[in-house]
Amino acid sequence: MARGRWPLVAVLALGLLLPLVLDQYKLYVLSLTLVYVILAIGLNLTLGYAGQISLCHAAFMAFGSYAVAILGQHGVPFEAGLALGVVLAFGWGLVLGFPALQVKHHYLAMVTLGFNIIVFLVLRNWESLTGGSFGISSVARPAWGPFSFKSDRAFYYYILAWAAIVVASAYWILHSRWGRAFRAIRENEMRAEVVGVSLRNYKLMAFAIGAAYAGTGGALFAPLLGYIDPGAFTLDRSIQFLMMVVLGGLGRFEGPLIGALVVTVLPEVLRGSEGLYLIIYALSVILMMLFMPKGLVGLWDLVWRFSKSATSPSTSSASPR
Amino acid sequence: MGDFVQLTIAGVSIGAIYAMTAIGFVLLWQTSNTINFAQGEFVVLPAFAMVLFFVILRFPFVAAVLATVIVSTLLLGIGVKELLVTRLLKMGVLPLVIATIGLSLLIRYSLQQFWTPLALPFPAIFSREPIRLGTVIVSLEEIGNILFAAVVIGALQLFITRTKLGRAMQAVAQNRALASVLGINVGRLVTITFMLNAALTALAAILIAPVYLVKYDIGVSLGLKAFYAAIIGGFNQIRGALLGGLLVGVVETLSAAYISSHFRDAFALVILIAVLLLKPEGIWGVKEEWA
Amino acid sequence: MALLEIRNLTKHFFRLSALSGVSLSVEPGELLGVIGPNGSGKTTLFNCVTGVLAPSGGHVLIRGEDITGRSPDIVYQRGVARTFQLIQLFPEMTVLENMLVAAQERTGTLLSRLVRREETRETARARELLEFLGIARLEDNLASNLSYGQQKLLDFGMALMPDPQLILLDEPMAGVNPTMIKNLMGHILELNGRGYTFVVIEHNMEVVMSLCRRIVVLSQGERIAEGTPAEIADNPLVLDAYFGR
Repeated sequence: MARGRWPLVAVLALGLLLPLVLDQYKLYVLSLTLVYVILAIGLNLTLGYAGQISLCHAAFMAFGSYAVAILGQHGVPFEAGLALGVVLAFGWGLVLGFPALQVKHHYLAMVTLGFNIIVFLVLRNWESLTGGSFGISSVARPAWGPFSFKSDRAFYYYILAWAAIVVASAYWILHSRWGRAFRAIRENEMRAEVVGVSLRNYKLMAFAIGAAYAGTGGALFAPLLGYIDPGAFTLDRSIQFLMMVVLGGLGRFEGPLIGALVVTVLPEVLRGSEGLYLIIYALSVILMMLFMPKGLVGLWDLVWRFSKSATSPSTSSASPR
Repeated sequence: MGDFVQLTIAGVSIGAIYAMTAIGFVLLWQTSNTINFAQGEFVVLPAFAMVLFFVILRFPFVAAVLATVIVSTLLLGIGVKELLVTRLLKMGVLPLVIATIGLSLLIRYSLQQFWTPLALPFPAIFSREPIRLGTVIVSLEEIGNILFAAVVIGALQLFITRTKLGRAMQAVAQNRALASVLGINVGRLVTITFMLNAALTALAAILIAPVYLVKYDIGVSLGLKAFYAAIIGGFNQIRGALLGGLLVGVVETLSAAYISSHFRDAFALVILIAVLLLKPEGIWGVKEEWA
Repeated sequence: MALLEIRNLTKHFFRLSALSGVSLSVEPGELLGVIGPNGSGKTTLFNCVTGVLAPSGGHVLIRGEDITGRSPDIVYQRGVARTFQLIQLFPEMTVLENMLVAAQERTGTLLSRLVRREETRETARARELLEFLGIARLEDNLASNLSYGQQKLLDFGMALMPDPQLILLDEPMAGVNPTMIKNLMGHILELNGRGYTFVVIEHNMEVVMSLCRRIVVLSQGERIAEGTPAEIADNPLVLDAYFGR
């Protein structure tokens, strides 16, 4: 898929060079954006590609964050904490996949919403493990022997590396037969089943893999902030990811990248307007939905088509993926 | 024992307000497939309107109530429906969901920025003086809330089951395509449902203002409680939302009193897990064969 | 051994009985027609055979193997493909992608489908079939952009992709113009000549009578007649079912 490749490479180059010129706060925002990209890619897989409504993405994120934070308190290396978080998230993603097999769309929204509430309440009440409402502070950043990723710039590159891995693996999965099976389920579940697509297997995988990505993002989130508490994993957070994925463009590969960027950076850009920035942001969200309900990736398509028609006479009618 | 009864009544009292919010939420879902993430703010806005009319402009109480309900119905009923819902519903469920999220942020932060970030006090409508009923002490406010909510919900129930319009709403909720073919103007009906919801949330706001204090961010937890109520009570029946709302109120009040703050949410948690595992459509929800 | 054997199949929806004790069998290489007035249970029969619905009673056997009530993807693995009365495609995917979906789940394991990227064989077969059906030039078009007739052909092509043992066609001629009808009939006959087994539900009597050598008639969920086209045309029970009451 040549079309998709070079913009990603360009973005990667940008990602490598930007931190050299940004101040601490902007670097933090960029790091956070990368973490959110990872999370949004996960949700885009579950919801955008496979069409399964998941309103508990923040809960899967929490598994990653708390695994890293809790194990870090006991001196366990970061990568082990991340691995545990991902495994836990994957496992619970599978568990959530089962209701997806039984219930219709809107019930799935409610079940996942309920799961998010459950995880939040458990985090808040299981004080001996999670520190309850106070959460866990001073979450350690990764270190490889004497080399530590503690500095903001070093940790940024660490996050970037993981983001690259996530993007590459998601690309690999979605451009395989699995990707096609997911899309078939999203487009016409009944027909998909009748042509041999096992709804059970693919729905479970859609949930589990999406959750695993969320766990990865969560694991990176905790040391970025330096502390975590249950308040970071409420329904509001899941809704934030939902916004990223829909605003960016559901079921499109670039969607979560654009969406995470807009949802994270736009409020920052607007910050100058004093207090009004959240209002303008909210208005922008509403307007974006009214005028670009398929997501901002539509703008990207326009740019692409414009540049293509300017350089070559014929255009294909293939659907972008 | 008297304590328990008192607390339950207090729980039912606040639960009735949650129920009104949840019922509107469920009505919107049923007739138009709208998951209104701004439902909490649909209560906050009229609460502020009530402050404007009753406290600032000193309207007599009934006039203030009327004004609030009318403003809410116009803005949050007709306004939201015509400007957002009509256009977005054609695109499927999600774009509208995101738009309601944007709307909730818009209302919340506009109130904070253009009115006040502070909490505004609101005079009690019913007296808070305790009354003794046998061995139990309750306040007039609690009884007042319960009765008011009962009247409103009862009226709504009658409307839906006994009037032609109400039955048309039921038809649309069950099968839109069929209702349309039978000559029901679905678009107009959706507008009416939005207006009903706006009226319900306005009335809930009137009851909640004295209890919660009027602040720009109270919509967040209110909206969440409306979801929770709809999930456990039943998302596709009004009585489900009613049961859910009452349950939320009672569990919340009893938990606060009896369970130490460490495990306060345990009860709510257990109920939620039980419902999701055993009856995902909600306690009084109905399993749908074909969506 | 019969390719498809349906024994005493029953299906209730609450109190409505859609199928009552229907039995029939299909030999390899046959071209069987299933007819009957509206509501006689024809599509329900197909749905029960392909696993879309679970029967209330009775058995469905493919080459002797009992597949009653198994899920549709399992039935597909046994070599049964079908088309739908109301066209069911993947609207936002291209014609070629639609064909490839129909091919990919037939072979390999879940894991191999993640790892294996190679699709030259499947793509070649898809293109061959599209060529056969005359819609090869539409390969890159979105399925939703096709005309009704072209969608019918794609639906048919998808059913052929996995090289199925048994093909169930549900009203393939519905809403199709006469030229296309001749076209489709030609394709079906040619494929049948090559050894593919068909069961066809149709309302178009001309088509059924000329296409099928054997016909089964359903009425109100029951099998009321079976025979050659000539026998069926003369059968008073059949005439009664269509024109009586």
